[in-house]
Formats: sequence, structure tokens, C-alpha cells
Amino acid sequence: MRCGWPISKTNRRIIVSRDMDDCPFRAQDAIPQIAPTHRFQWEEAQQCYVILYPEGMVKLNGSAAEILKLCNGEMSVAELIRDLKAQFPDADVAADVVRFLQVANENGWICAKRSS
Amino acid sequence: MAGSAQNARPKPLWLLAELTYKCPLQCPYCSNPADFAKYKDELSTEDWLRVLRQARAMGATQLGLSGGEPLARRDLETLIAEARRLGFYTNLITSGVGMDEARVRAFREAGLDHIQLSFQAATLELNDYIAGTNAFQHKKEMAHAVKKHGFPMVLCFVLYRENEDQIEHMLELAIRLEADYVELATTQYYGWAFLNRDRLMPTRAQIEQGERIAHAYQEKMKGKMKIYYVVPDYYEQRPKACMNGWGSIFLTITPDGTALPCHAARQLSGLLFPNVRDHSIEWIWNDSPDFNRFRGFEWMKAPCRSCPERFKDFGGCRCQAYMLTGDAANADPVCSLSPQHGLIEKALESAREANRSEKPLIFRNPKNSKPFVEKKRPLART
Repeated sequence: MRCGWPISKTNRRIIVSRDMDDCPFRAQDAIPQIAPTHRFQWEEAQQCYVILYPEGMVKLNGSAAEILKLCNGEMSVAELIRDLKAQFPDADVAADVVRFLQVANENGWICAKRSS
Repeated sequence: MAGSAQNARPKPLWLLAELTYKCPLQCPYCSNPADFAKYKDELSTEDWLRVLRQARAMGATQLGLSGGEPLARRDLETLIAEARRLGFYTNLITSGVGMDEARVRAFREAGLDHIQLSFQAATLELNDYIAGTNAFQHKKEMAHAVKKHGFPMVLCFVLYRENEDQIEHMLELAIRLEADYVELATTQYYGWAFLNRDRLMPTRAQIEQGERIAHAYQEKMKGKMKIYYVVPDYYEQRPKACMNGWGSIFLTITPDGTALPCHAARQLSGLLFPNVRDHSIEWIWNDSPDFNRFRGFEWMKAPCRSCPERFKDFGGCRCQAYMLTGDAANADPVCSLSPQHGLIEKALESAREANRSEKPLIFRNPKNSKPFVEKKRPLART
């Protein structure tokens, strides 16, 4: 049943995007977590963190990885910003975090944990 | 993005394990080699476990478990468990035939990450005709089981002339089955699909209509279901960046242990691909002559050699160049800059003719494979 060509054998077109306005992480009390279809892990051979999902991979830069480490389904956006500010006092953490969470959400890497 | 030692050696990030050529289905668009019946000596569980460990150590992250029908391997659960333990993202690429709910649960327990389930069409009649067996109802049941056990699910519909007009039906079916991703993939012409090209090739009007419908659903399903629509390269002016370049990220291991830079490469004449029974993945990937044969840009002929687009498309697909022009080092004739681009025009013309003459489909099964094993029929037409 070899029918679905893996991503690189095809000239696949990806057109789906999500609206920026829909981003749930504009709310400071939203709790981001890695989407259940995705996995976030350290890759020894590549010396970087990656996001893995069905038939795909994204390599992450250092700051993206630092933010995703905290997207553990336990911390709110506000707590996450506070934590990172303590680690990186010189950076404009709040703006970076909000911008990155938006991108991560659009790409489907993270989702909001439903408050129970 | 980080991790960018740009000049570092390429890594086999994508490992495609074709566990077996056995398959209960007979799809005439299968990309397995036409002479698959000659490869009977399948790798053992131990062999596969060694391949997984070696490839993972070299940086492989994605593992595709495919075939044939991978469910035909009884050690599938064992392989999944080890792959997951090693840190692979494990993808099961299946027809669903050979699965039941207990097995879906077992895959979950073994740590499988994702299931890609194929359909041959959106209607029972056409699905089961193309599959060569009654499978449609079972596939729907399996889709429910896959979702019930919490897997992300990709539904894969291979498109060909007879089902290309069912795209709307396919997408509605996918919505009902709660697919996370839908792949509408027009047949690529390798293996059995190449033999049946005249019958499978959709018309340009069908493709344009299909694209319109796919786009409308992409809008409608935004944020809920991802939809990929793959256009056949015969209708393009530039070739696909096949496998992201030869020996660049992709490694296929066939059921008998032959290592290939792409699952269609086995047919390329003059190359004797190495086997994992004789060599380590490290040697195969880094040092074997065949994996280096079309790496980089040195091997290219005109017009690719001096083309500014060679860094983007790597000259297209080596297998397509070989199948259509007889020389794997030629430019992929899909490219309008190729001096042999006329072959593509001819293929499209031939498909239009066949549309009228109703040439029979050759179904993928051991019986139909035999003439190719005995070399009574050529594998490529040049």
C-alpha cells in the first residue's frame, strides 16, 4: 500500500493558515501546551530542539526552544513570561513570547489547555 | 533557524521502512516495483531493530512503517515499541486491512505516534474495485477506531482519473471521520502507476476543478483539518525537488534490506544498491558509491549544470529522468527547459487517447508481477 508519498517526493502545497485574531494566547491566563499530535524533543545528532508531527519536523532556534520548554500545560502565558524574564533580564521577553506563541499556534504546534 | 551547521554532512532524517511487499490490496497505482514478486527474503525482526538503532544514531527522526501492507508483519508492535523508545516519531502508513480495534489499541500501547489510512475512492464501488477486495466498510470502521484511541489521523486519497471528480465526497467523508489531515495526492507515476499511466492520468480540467474544491475546503476547515492537494508533476513546468535531493534526507530500506535514496530508485540500471545485511547504515549513507552518485551538483548535465534553479529543484527526479529518457543523469523531462520535455507532452497525449480506447488496468498482484520477474516485460519504456 505504498501510496502516500512522503513530503519530499511530492510537490505538496500547504496553504492552511490560522487567523492571527483567533490566537488564544493573547489572553494572559491562557495555558499553552504542545499539541497532542506533535512532539517536542532534543535531537542529539542535530544539537537542537525539534518539533515532530505526522511526517514532518521543524528545527527550533534557542529562544523558540526556551519558550516551548515552558509550554507544559501547567503555566499560563503570564507565568511563562515571568519565568523567562528572570532567565533573560535583558531581552524584550513579553513581546517575543506573544509573537512566538502566535506563530506556534498558527502552525498547530501548541494548543490551549482547556480550563477544567 | 538554529542548528544550522550548513556544511555538515546530510543526515538520513526520514527513514522509510518498507517492511514487506505482501499486500491484500491490488491498487494499480502502487509505487512498489513491478517485479516485487522476486523479492521474497524479508529481513528478520533482529535486522530491522538493528536498522532502527543505527539510523536513529545517525539522526533519523521520522520513521515511516510501510510496505506492501505493514500490518502483514507480525512483529510490527515490537518494531514500533523499539522505535518509540529510541525517540522516533513513528508513522504507520496503512490500508487498514489486517487491523482490528484490538490491534489499534496495541499500537497505542507500543507508542505509535500517527496512523495514515488510505482510501482508494469516496464510494464503496470504486474503492473496492481499485483495491481489488472488499475494504471500504472496514476502512471506515478502522478510521473510527484510530480516532477513538487518540491517534492523529491522516486520510490519504490517491487521485486518478476515475476518482478525481469525487474530491468533494472525499473531503466530506474525511470530515465525518474526523481526520486531522487529508492528503489528496494525485498519482505519481512510478512502479505500477507508471504501467497504468494512460488510464490513471487525470485531465487538466479535472485537476483545476479539484484544486478549486480543495482550496474552498481549506478555507472552510481552517484550524480544524489540514488539507494537502498534490498536483501531478506532469502538468507542471518545473520539476519537484524530489526527495529534497539525492541522499539528502531520505533513506528507504526495502523488505529484503536493500537501501535506497528513494523508494522508486531500485529500477535504476547500473546501480547496485547496498544491503543492510552486509553494511552499516553509516557506511551506506556516507560512503557507498550509489548514495553519492547523484549527491550535490557535479553529476549534472546541461541544462541543469548551469541552471540557477538547480539549488532549488536538484534537477528533479532521477527515476523519472531514467524511466522517460533512459538516462538517470538527464534533467527531469517535466522541466520545460529539458530538451526531452516533449516526452511529457506525448504522455499526456497518449493518456487522452487511452481515455477513449479504455485500455485495461494492470492490477498490482504477484501474478501480474511475474512477467516482470521473468523479464518478459520491460520495466521502463524509453
